Amino acid sequence: MSINPELQGRSYPAGPVYEVGREKIREFALAVKATHPAHFDVAAARALGHADLLAPPTFAIIVAQRADARLIEDPASGIDFSRVVHAEQRFTHHRPIVAGDKLVAALHVDTVRAMGGGAMISTRAEITSSDGDPVATTRSAILVRGEGQ
Amino acid sequence: MNFSSLSLGQEIGSRTISVSRADLVRYAGASGDFNPIHFNDRVARDVELPGVIAHGMFTMGAAIQLVTDWAGDPGAVLDYQTRFTRPVPVPDSDGGAQIAVVGVIGALDAEHSTARVDLTVSSGGQKVLVKAQAVVKVA
Repeated sequence: MSINPELQGRSYPAGPVYEVGREKIREFALAVKATHPAHFDVAAARALGHADLLAPPTFAIIVAQRADARLIEDPASGIDFSRVVHAEQRFTHHRPIVAGDKLVAALHVDTVRAMGGGAMISTRAEITSSDGDPVATTRSAILVRGEGQ
Repeated sequence: MNFSSLSLGQEIGSRTISVSRADLVRYAGASGDFNPIHFNDRVARDVELPGVIAHGMFTMGAAIQLVTDWAGDPGAVLDYQTRFTRPVPVPDSDGGAQIAVVGVIGALDAEHSTARVDLTVSSGGQKVLVKAQAVVKVA
């Protein structure tokens, strides 16, 4: 099945709330081999002026990829997950993410370009607090490889 | 660290990160990215990969630690981007693969008191991230 070109311009409204927990921050920090105390020790994070444990700079990928999953798992998209390769990623932080945050993400499919038998799909997740305040903008490009690519 | 002490081309440091199959399992669980190409050789080869490869986001997420440790506050990273140009194959061995990271100041913005750190990230002698850049607020 090929990629549906009509995906371009599609948006998925803000999905369910993601609650940022202290143990998830610690777990993610260990998984990216981060050692900074602000990810593990509340007092260390507060000493730097943060309200609670500070998430590592790429933590927002959890929220962004949950938003991307709504596109990838959409049967109308024609995307085979095992043929997806991550091509580009960008995080723009409007403020740091800390434990206790309640985040939501709206997903926008900015571009879909056919490449060989596959496609390059660029998405943007606008991550906000559940009150609507901007937290981060993440941009992702995934290459869905065609057969033999 | 203060802004006036920084200069273009200055190296902020370097380090080597090891990545094993166990690290990929841990990253999959922590991030929620369970694409089987990151833990299953059969699936990876079925889609014409050389075998299990690291999550690009593992490499990106691990490489930035050089910058956050230098900056002193991980919350100072305002923007971070990369392209994933080449996969990092992770062999089924105790040692896994090695990823080398070097950071150099690529731009300075006095008005906003920010520095752009350009990361060179390679594995097996080949660049795996391209245009890996982090914009950091300098106190």
